[in-house]
Amino acid sequence: MPDFIMSYLGIKDAVTPGAAGSQFWALVYVFIIFAGVSVAVMAMNWLERKALAHFQIRLGPMRVGPHGLLQPIADAIKLMLKEDIIPAEADQFVFWVAPLIGLLAAFTVYTVIPFGPSQAVSDMNIGILFMLGVSSLGVLGIVVAGWASNSHYPLIGALRSSAQMVSYEVAMGLAVVSAILMTSLNATGTGTLSMIGIVQAQQQQGVWFIFKFFPLGLIALGIFAIAMIAETNRAPFDMAEAESELTAGYHTEYSGLRWSLFMLAEYAAMIAVSSIAVALWLGGWMRPFPNLLNAPAWDFIFSLFPALTFFGLAAIAIIGVVRMPAHSFFKIQRIGLAAFAAVLGFIALLLLVIAVAGRSADGSVAARFREGIDYVYWFVFKVAVFMYLFIWYRATWPRYRFDQLMKIGWKVMLPISLVVLIATAIVGVLVS
Amino acid sequence: MNDSTRDDSNGALSNLDLETPEKPYLDSNELIINMGPQHPATHGVLRVILKLDGEKVLDTECVIGYLHRGVEKIAENRTYTMFNPYVDRMDYVAAVSNGLGYCEAVEKLMNVEAPARANYIRVILTELNRIASHQLWLGTHALDIGAMTPLFYTFRDREEILKIFERYCGARLTTHAFRIGGCQYETYAGFEKDVENFLTFVAPKIDEYEELLTTNRIWIERTKNVGVISAADAIALGVTGPVLRASGVKWDLRKAQPYAAYSEFDFDIPTGTNGDTYDRYLVRMAEMRQSLRIIEQAVNGIPEGPIMAKVPKIIKPPVGEIYHSIEAPKGELGYFIVSDGSTQPYRLRVRPPSFVNLQALDTMVRGLLVADVVAVIGTIDIVLGEVDR
Repeated sequence: MPDFIMSYLGIKDAVTPGAAGSQFWALVYVFIIFAGVSVAVMAMNWLERKALAHFQIRLGPMRVGPHGLLQPIADAIKLMLKEDIIPAEADQFVFWVAPLIGLLAAFTVYTVIPFGPSQAVSDMNIGILFMLGVSSLGVLGIVVAGWASNSHYPLIGALRSSAQMVSYEVAMGLAVVSAILMTSLNATGTGTLSMIGIVQAQQQQGVWFIFKFFPLGLIALGIFAIAMIAETNRAPFDMAEAESELTAGYHTEYSGLRWSLFMLAEYAAMIAVSSIAVALWLGGWMRPFPNLLNAPAWDFIFSLFPALTFFGLAAIAIIGVVRMPAHSFFKIQRIGLAAFAAVLGFIALLLLVIAVAGRSADGSVAARFREGIDYVYWFVFKVAVFMYLFIWYRATWPRYRFDQLMKIGWKVMLPISLVVLIATAIVGVLVS
Repeated sequence: MNDSTRDDSNGALSNLDLETPEKPYLDSNELIINMGPQHPATHGVLRVILKLDGEKVLDTECVIGYLHRGVEKIAENRTYTMFNPYVDRMDYVAAVSNGLGYCEAVEKLMNVEAPARANYIRVILTELNRIASHQLWLGTHALDIGAMTPLFYTFRDREEILKIFERYCGARLTTHAFRIGGCQYETYAGFEKDVENFLTFVAPKIDEYEELLTTNRIWIERTKNVGVISAADAIALGVTGPVLRASGVKWDLRKAQPYAAYSEFDFDIPTGTNGDTYDRYLVRMAEMRQSLRIIEQAVNGIPEGPIMAKVPKIIKPPVGEIYHSIEAPKGELGYFIVSDGSTQPYRLRVRPPSFVNLQALDTMVRGLLVADVVAVIGTIDIVLGEVDR
């Protein structure tokens, strides 16, 4: 039985459920990812509010749960209980369907995100094309929402958003192509569009594509990183929902759960595009320095990182407990935070046990399990860096104006990405 | 608000076609948008009707009066002393300046001079208020352009000024700090120390704001050559204050017609060259530093003596009229008072800087984009309490 489960978990045969042809396990993966992304969005929501608050010398949420930890849950409940308003003049059906389009587009992308060599729902051979295609469908939800609202501000927001996406998609696509070109430089000489294949190409070539043909890879990543902010409508490119100009842009008329679906889609899309960047340029699931520090001892040391991270989080929580005022008012909060610290500590211990038990790369269940955790951990870690950058940008920069955004897209990013693409091709031919 | 509509007695909407379009959906020609009165970037209850071609602004119409309280009419039914707190409610972010203008106008009408010490206290508090007003302007202006963080920095530092006000007269915002003939309150023990501490505290903070914005690429792109107004246009429209000075006109009532104790201090008038949003930003930042200089000199040179001139208990100015104006943070703040010799003004007219400066909005934003409208509204630095009165 364990073997049966393991085989379909993809741990044994190191293939994804999609490749193994198991619809059941693919479905399980889908649910895991859906739950994981939803939790990640909630965590991101909390983190953004806290980090932004600290950038701005505020405290952020402090009341709901210790340090506002339960704030996302409270928000979710509030949004669900709110009255669901559909404006009388709105196109009812389209208004209803618009948030779903955005949400579907954002979540469908996750089918091909390679959390590990076998930790993905499916290893589609056109993975990156699928990803770009589906993630750009998100704009349809925005355009449709702006149109269906039958109101001025949402309409302008939607139009801005569509124009913005179209122009940044081009530069983004060219940057992606330059990374795909690099995949063809491995031993077999054939490139790949599969997300897992792209990461494996980096593994085989022994270099993350960000450092390949320095600085070409770096520039390509830079273009992608800028384009993905525009793609997800985040500051400083958040024209579509520019609060000070368009009140709330395309979702001005939305309220309650519908509005929260837009938020969910936005954050899910942020994670998705960050995942593309990580998979294409930052070595996907690979740990830092996989070739330079390739001794088994290094493997072991890096496999301790998941446990260390959770220990660190637990320590922060414990510091929070210690620093909480002694007043009896904070008793429940202190207990709650201590319990949270305990949970984090327990997870850390579990991870530590797994890391120690699976330290030999002998193909045992524990070793495979440890590897799986490492893959997912490093992937999520790299994505988290991008997520933090998203918050940082938002706290630091003013908003671009619409025409300036277009100017940057067409006159700066597009030529640079074209040059990078051509240069990558030329250098690639010369090298091979 | 162009000339053709200003004289139009039918109200501001006359030259725009605001009839419901025949088609149920928006047609593809021009879009008429109501920006405000409830809008995050119109600084209160300003309503701007925008006629848009896509995002391009073809025409604007300011609709004001949502905060009208009839301050000028109220003045006719209050004694001179009773009206004094009302002026704080006009430009509520620069209440001290409003009070100074009013008190000095009445004093001039009565031929009374405030004592030197009172004048120094007035200068210190007014300049502190100028910094507070500019800080609030900077925070909200940056927020309009999309930079959230400066808002919190400026509010943190503005708090220190409000604390000084609170210790001086008990109020933080609508201070009612001055009385006709001088000041009601002597400075509290440690006032000079507090002010000096504030000076050393805030100077690096102003650098901090500048660090975030002055050389920020996006900030420059959003503000340079946006909302340009030439010096001639600015003068023609009656624009005053930093908006005028950013267009290159070196006009500051503190130098041009010194009032209070301003003639005794050494300070510069910062001016811009292009008259765009960026220059107005730079001018205001420089003004904050000049205010610090003035405060420093005033605190060091504050004379001893009475703080109240000899004024009768019941203020009854002689028959006559007076116009007195001061340099408020937003521009020329003038009071025109007609006295019929009774205890109440026969007529009191306020020349509010925000109201007059707002006229320049149309000139500045025509042909720009929607995003620039909020930037320009922010850069004019209006307070609707003062526009509507």
